[in-house]
Amino acid sequence: MIKLNSNLMIHQYFCLMIRYLKKQNFWFVFTPYFWLVLFFFIPLALIFKISISVSEWGMPPYRDLFSLSEDGFKIDSTLSNYLFIFSDPFYIRSYLNSLSLAFTSTILCLVIGYPIAFYVAKSQANIRIILLVLLIIPFWTSFLLRVYAWKVLLQGSGIINSILIHLGFITEPISMLHNHYAVILGVVYTYLPFMILPLYGYLVKFDLNLIDAANDLGAKPVNTFLKVILPLSLPGIIAGSMLVFIPVVGEFVIPEMLGGSDKLYFGKIIWDEFFVNRDWPVASALAMSGIVILVFPIVIFQLMYAKYNFKNE
Amino acid sequence: MQNTILRMNKLFFKIFTLTIGFSFLYFPILTLIAYSFNDNKRVMVWKGFSFRWYKELFQNEQILEAFYTSIKIASLSATFATIMGVMIGFSLTRISKIPARPFFIFLSSSPLVMPEIILGLSLLLFFISSNHIIGFPSSKGQLTVLISHITFSVAFVAVIIQSRLSSYDKNIEEAAQDLGTIPNMIFWKITAPVILPSIISGWLLAFTLSLDDLVVASFTTGPGANTLPIVVFSKVRLGLSPEVNALSAIIMLIVVLAAISIYFINRSHIKK
Repeated sequence: MIKLNSNLMIHQYFCLMIRYLKKQNFWFVFTPYFWLVLFFFIPLALIFKISISVSEWGMPPYRDLFSLSEDGFKIDSTLSNYLFIFSDPFYIRSYLNSLSLAFTSTILCLVIGYPIAFYVAKSQANIRIILLVLLIIPFWTSFLLRVYAWKVLLQGSGIINSILIHLGFITEPISMLHNHYAVILGVVYTYLPFMILPLYGYLVKFDLNLIDAANDLGAKPVNTFLKVILPLSLPGIIAGSMLVFIPVVGEFVIPEMLGGSDKLYFGKIIWDEFFVNRDWPVASALAMSGIVILVFPIVIFQLMYAKYNFKNE
Repeated sequence: MQNTILRMNKLFFKIFTLTIGFSFLYFPILTLIAYSFNDNKRVMVWKGFSFRWYKELFQNEQILEAFYTSIKIASLSATFATIMGVMIGFSLTRISKIPARPFFIFLSSSPLVMPEIILGLSLLLFFISSNHIIGFPSSKGQLTVLISHITFSVAFVAVIIQSRLSSYDKNIEEAAQDLGTIPNMIFWKITAPVILPSIISGWLLAFTLSLDDLVVASFTTGPGANTLPIVVFSKVRLGLSPEVNALSAIIMLIVVLAAISIYFINRSHIKK
C-alpha cells in the first residue's frame, strides 16, 4: 500500500515537473547552460583529471586515470605534478610575477584613466560624444596590432630612440624592448580603454551639483574628491579594475611580444609546458593551480563586494 | 579675480590631461599608419612614400584567406553567442521560479573570470579526447575554433542583456498582459524593441572578441583554419613586418568609418 502511494507521488511529481518544463520552454531556458556545461565545465574537469594522471610517452602523453585490466579496476593517480610545480621556485615565481603585473598595471590604468574618464564625462555634450568615439576607436582596434605598435616604437632604430638621440639625451640607442617595463607599458596601453569606459559610464551619471554643494559647504577640493566623487564612482572603479586585472593575470601575447627573459609570466609558462615540453599533465596541473591561485581570489572578492553592496542597499 | 584664475587653472588642467591622455592612446597607432607608407623593407628607416606594402598585402593570399576565415568565424560566433546570451538573460531575469538561480548565475558567469590560456588548453584537451571517444570533432579546424569562441562570448553577451532586462520596468509587460496581449506579441512589440540596442552591442562585442582572440584560437585551430591574429602573430612574433603596418592602417580605417557612422546614427536618433 505504502509502495503504491509513493509510486503515485513520484508519478505526480514527475507530471508536475514536465508541466513546469513545458511551461518554461525547456530548450529555450536550458540550451545555453547545456552548452556551457559541455564546453566549459567538462573541459575543466578533464584538465583536472589529466593533472592528476601519470606522465607517459605516447599519444596521449599520460596514463589513463582509470583502467580495467585482468588485475581488476585500478586507479592510477598521482599528485606528483603538483608537487613538482610547488617545489620549483621557477613556477611559483611565474605566478607571483603575473599577480604583480596585474596589480601594477591595474593601478596604473586607474591612475591614468580616472582623470581622462572624469574630464570626458564632464565635457559639454557635443564634445563629449566626439571624445567618447575617440575612446572607443582604440577599444575596437585589434589588440594584437596595438601591442605591435609599441614593438615598432621601442625598437633600437625606433622613433623614440631617434627623438631622444636628436634631442641629445642619449648618444647611442638604448634597448627598451624585452624587459618587464616594456610589458607593463604594453599592458597599460592596451587595457586603458577597458578601465576608462566603465569609469566613464558611472561618472557621466554623476550630478555635478554635488561638487558645487560640497564646495559651498566649505569642503576642500581634496575632501570633495575623497568623500563625494570617489565613493560614488566606486562601482565604476571596481568594474574597470576587474576588466583589466582578470585578462592580465593570464596574459600571454604582451609578454611574448614586448617582454624578455627577465621575468616570466604564468601564461607563457603554460604555453611552453604544453607546446614545447609537451607535458600535458604538468601543463594541466599549472592551469588548475592557476585557477586556485589567480582566479579564486577574484571570485571571492566579487562575492564579498556583492554582499557589501547588498547590505548597503 | 581669484575665481577666474582658479577656473582658468582648472580649464588648463582639463585640456592638458585630455591632450596627454589621447596622445598616449593615439600616438602609437598613428606612427604605425605613417610608417605603412614607407618604401623600405626595414620598417623604421624612412626611404620614401609608397603604396608598396598595400599592394603586397593584397597579393598575400595567406593574409587574405585568414582575414576571410576570421570574419566568417567572428560573425557566426557572434550570432550564436547572442542567441544564447539572450536566452540566459531571459532565464535569469524573467523566470522568478527558476530552481537554484545562484547556480545558473554561476554557470553563466564563470567564463568571464577564466584566463583565456586556461580556457584554450582545456578546450583543446577536450576536443582531443572527445575525438578519441566519440570521433567528434573529426579534426581540429574552423569548427573547433567556432565552438570555443561561442563558449567565451556567451557570458559577455548575457551580462549586457541581463543588465538591460533587469533595469527596465517589467510592469509594462504585465500591463500588456493584463490588457490581453498574447505573449508572443508582447515579446515582439514591447520586449524586443527595448533590448534591441543591447542585442546589437552584445553582437558587436562578441564579434570583436572573436576577431581579436589569439590565444584560444591558437590552441583550438587546425589545418586550414588560421585566423587573422594567428597569421599576424606568426609574422611579428620575432620581428617587424611592413605588411602588418599596412594591415593596421586598413583596420583602423574600417574602425574609424564604423565609429563615425555610429556617431551619426546616434546623433540623428537623439535629434528625433
